[in-house]
Amino acid sequence: MGLLSDPSRRKVLTGLLTRLNTPICIVCYLAGIVWFMGLAFEPFTLRTYMSENAMGSTMVSSGERALSLAKEFDAHKRQAYDGMPVEWLVKAMQSRGLEVFTQSFSRKLPFPDENKERYMVRGTNVYGILRAPRAPRTEALVISAPCSPGDSNNQAVGLLLALAQYFRNQVYWAKDIIFLVNEHDLMGTQAWLEAYHHTNITGMEYSPLQGRAGSIQAALSLELSSDVITSLDLILEGLNGQLPNLDLANLFYAFCQKLGVLCTIQGKLQRNDWDTAEGYTHAAQTMMLMVLKQACGRSWGDHGLFLRYHIEAASVRGINSFRHYKTDAATIGRLLEGMVRKLNNLLERLHQSYFFYLLPSLSRFVSIGCYMLAFGLLVVILLLRALDLWVHLGAPALAAVEGVTEAQQPSGPGVLTVLTPVVISHLTGVALYLLPVHLQEMAVEHFPVSETEAVVLTAVAIYTAGLALPHNTQRLLSGEGTEQGWKVLKLTALLYLAVLLGCTALINFSLGFILAVTLVPITASMTPHMPKALSALVMVLLSPAFTVLYCVFIYQELIEAPVSVSEGWMLFLSVISQGILDHALYGSLVYPLLALFIYPCWLMFWNILFWS
Amino acid sequence: HTHLNYKLGLTLQNRTSEALTPAAAARDEFQEELVIRPLHSGDIYASFQFRTLWDTDFLQEGQKVSHYRLFPKSLGQVLSKFSVRELHISFTQGFWRTMQWGQPFIPSPPGAELWVWFHDTVSDVDGNWKELTNVLSGIFCASLNFIDLTNTVQPSASFKPLGLGNATDHRFLRYATLPREIVCTENLTPWKKLLPCGSKAGLAVLLKSEKLFHSSFHSQAVHIRPVCQDEQCTSKAWELRQTLNVVFDLYTAGQGKKEWSLFKMFSRTLTEACPLATSSKVYVDITDNPELSPATPLLSQAVVLGDRRTYSVFDLTRAETFGQLRSLNLLLRWKGDGEMLRPLLHAERYVAGFGLQTGEIHTVIYNNHPYRAFPVLLMDSVPWYLQLYIHTLTVTSKSRDNKPSYIHYQPAKDRHRPHLLEMLIQLPPHSMTEVTVQFERALLKWTEYTPDPNHGFYVGSSVVSALVPSMVAMNTNFTQDQPLFSSFVPVKEESSYFVRVYTEPLLVNLPTPDFSMPYNVICLTCTVVAVGYGSFYNLLTRTFQVDEPSLPLAKRLANLIRRIRGVPLLT
Repeated sequence: MGLLSDPSRRKVLTGLLTRLNTPICIVCYLAGIVWFMGLAFEPFTLRTYMSENAMGSTMVSSGERALSLAKEFDAHKRQAYDGMPVEWLVKAMQSRGLEVFTQSFSRKLPFPDENKERYMVRGTNVYGILRAPRAPRTEALVISAPCSPGDSNNQAVGLLLALAQYFRNQVYWAKDIIFLVNEHDLMGTQAWLEAYHHTNITGMEYSPLQGRAGSIQAALSLELSSDVITSLDLILEGLNGQLPNLDLANLFYAFCQKLGVLCTIQGKLQRNDWDTAEGYTHAAQTMMLMVLKQACGRSWGDHGLFLRYHIEAASVRGINSFRHYKTDAATIGRLLEGMVRKLNNLLERLHQSYFFYLLPSLSRFVSIGCYMLAFGLLVVILLLRALDLWVHLGAPALAAVEGVTEAQQPSGPGVLTVLTPVVISHLTGVALYLLPVHLQEMAVEHFPVSETEAVVLTAVAIYTAGLALPHNTQRLLSGEGTEQGWKVLKLTALLYLAVLLGCTALINFSLGFILAVTLVPITASMTPHMPKALSALVMVLLSPAFTVLYCVFIYQELIEAPVSVSEGWMLFLSVISQGILDHALYGSLVYPLLALFIYPCWLMFWNILFWS
Repeated sequence: HTHLNYKLGLTLQNRTSEALTPAAAARDEFQEELVIRPLHSGDIYASFQFRTLWDTDFLQEGQKVSHYRLFPKSLGQVLSKFSVRELHISFTQGFWRTMQWGQPFIPSPPGAELWVWFHDTVSDVDGNWKELTNVLSGIFCASLNFIDLTNTVQPSASFKPLGLGNATDHRFLRYATLPREIVCTENLTPWKKLLPCGSKAGLAVLLKSEKLFHSSFHSQAVHIRPVCQDEQCTSKAWELRQTLNVVFDLYTAGQGKKEWSLFKMFSRTLTEACPLATSSKVYVDITDNPELSPATPLLSQAVVLGDRRTYSVFDLTRAETFGQLRSLNLLLRWKGDGEMLRPLLHAERYVAGFGLQTGEIHTVIYNNHPYRAFPVLLMDSVPWYLQLYIHTLTVTSKSRDNKPSYIHYQPAKDRHRPHLLEMLIQLPPHSMTEVTVQFERALLKWTEYTPDPNHGFYVGSSVVSALVPSMVAMNTNFTQDQPLFSSFVPVKEESSYFVRVYTEPLLVNLPTPDFSMPYNVICLTCTVVAVGYGSFYNLLTRTFQVDEPSLPLAKRLANLIRRIRGVPLLT
């Protein structure tokens, strides 16, 4: 605090900060990126370990009835014209000694979903509760299997029923177990969860649940589409980038090791050659995939919606590739039984291990303490620039106090000059958030496009139109844009962006980091005195929309399905429509965040570029 | 009322003291009974009752009862020391599944439940209650000592005395539940020791813990109350009822066959009655025509919980019951495809909402009677750390507001008293009534958390008490061969029956700190206080002056020399 009370030393420090500002910023940026890339390097990461003592060792054994049940289910599904064979499921569960209930739900989407080809959705969830003996219905576990059209997930339902039958004959259950077969994948889960917790966040219509089993402690979602599999993939990323407790991943990994099942994360096996370039690239790719998936804020499996209710959940997906070694349903059954039994042994909710982590492989993790530094290094640039501006803005005022005449002091920019661009930018953001969905009917009338295209193209149009808005309103108010005017505006915008990114990164690190990587360089360096055309091009190329586009390309590259430019563009459009749909259907916050906050903030810098 | 009670007490006292003066031991008797009932879900329900009657009154002034025969002395002493008028205690492991199993004979909530009416001469009820719970905790090897003022309530209407006397002043009533209590063999053993024959003879030989705790539901209880000695009810007697209810899961143990025997259930057969018992009987519910062997000619019909049931009766005091093998092993085989009588009253409860700040308790009460409405008393006792917003209380039936005709609400005091909410609600016929109230989760002090705070905190069951219209009275299709004279006017003597339904307890997560953090927190706090507070205080209190820039070292040295020389100094 000597710094604050001693004017001379303070002057030295501020002088140092302003003089060395640009080099420090460049070093910080590079250090941030390098640190982030280093996170995937194995010696820098920690080995995962089971934190929860209650999940000690258990014995595991299981039956093999799953396949015949899957076939039976398939036959009945065909009879129900590819819908959910509700009656058969109810009977099948009842005959296995469960308390069975059904729930119907319906939802009209804001606009047709072209990826999944649905608009008016009507479905039924069937769930059976296995009551634990001598338990007072206070705790439950959920095993769910989505019933999807075609024969893509029949094996999961078959396995679910086989597990139900096996579990019913066991005596060691301390928590009720809910077997849920949900229709229309995420929408069914959403309807069921909302009904279970008697909330309605997204305006879905559903019938109330008749049977409950207390507070749900953990959930597993199954996706199997073939009788034999080569590996099991664990999916953790949930809605808004939420992740389940790391112990759930550890549990899965421990059982895969025990039963000799190949397990992957992000569809990537783990390698042991971390010291080679290939080994590092592999780990970095795995981690980048996780970052991209987490950043997009959608639920990558049925489990993702459970996380909102503080239910630790993960999806397990069976993958059948051309590998020689196959695992049969009985082994997967044993694996699931083991996991459920360990979860059943839990005395408390999973809380011992990490909730914020990145996984370069299933056996290694990066904790929040490590990765936050990369983000911190990027955000500190914004603060340094803001400090620099503050000092520059403060310096003439300080001189004026010492000076003789007060008339020479330049009058500070009026509140209006700064406020007007801020308000205009945010109104554009509101338009971008609201208009695409509300104007779709009008767009469909006037242009030969489908509803979905109308929504997406309206969004793109509003986004582009935002660039051409009359941003130089301060000229109307005060004639000429002053030097001080843009500095105050930039100071405001820098602090605004720093707060925005900071809050985002606390909730969803990946999203915050990706936005920081692209937004920080342009925002830190932008002034009205730069060559207009070139900097405008750079700004557009690093704008939020282009960030999304790059992410699409990088993601396709990483999952080894590279796309051409036109395909990439189509994917980009579908990503926008999915983002809007995710927001409307499940309450994902990425689209509103981008439209209402990030885009207006970027527009403020665009405004500074054209300040005159 | 108190006046009347006082008079009644006086006369009783006179009479009993007359009766007891000749030092003749008071009459006492012991009865035991087992009811076996196959349930429609395929499970099997066994209910034991042991009843000890003692024609004495140990609450009289100046009367010291020291000679005990059948009545357990440990309980008798407790009753007289704490002036207990009525005592009901139950230990339950599991939840009674009303929709699958129908109504139980004796309902009880999961965990431990204790309610006691004290005699109206007691001046310090809370003190007596505290001591009593501690003593009972020792007798039953249970954690009843965790009952304190923070989980004790005084219900105004839901728990009326079941025995003699019409006490209505609920100041003498204490009610508490411990939903977390786990019941095990260590609770069963002291309970069995209270029986006159112990577990050596009679029905109690069946009470083997390895089988009783291998079940879907287990509940044991002790009920003590004053009853009439005879029909004139001129003098008081004490009744001790020990009950044990257990539901066996046929599915897990019997591999899906609906077949059961006493031996399979309890791994014992019956060989004799308790020699001290005046009556010892086994009733088997044969209403749904199960195959029962050995068959017995003795049948008994009774209207139980609004339903007419037929029972086969085995009298263990008669030698021929045991046959030539000298042992009775009942064998039951049934299809169980008949329709179950849908329970007319049924309730469930859950917590709605998400997040750790607020929530909503939903209590749903079903009236399944097709055309009769009836009132129910709902009692909710909620711990103080759920801060109820009582203005958000809503009662809706058939999506219409249903105004309770009586509400008794006692707000909680933090760390001293729980919320108590009692309501009289009229349930429309064939309806679902939903009672909701919002709450906020309190932040506890860090010593108030349980050792496993992330498990959650329990909220005890809510209690629904009602007089339910009888199904027998409702029965208008006279397909069963009943005498014609009995069926013209449908309303009978047993036109309604009393039912108490307990909902499931709730498990609520409170905002919980990371308890591995205190060390970090202490370090951080100390640093912040030391550095931040110190310098801010310094900054705020100090007066600033522009000080002279200090002279360079060379000038200072020069000045030193100049001072010695007496020459004017440099500046």
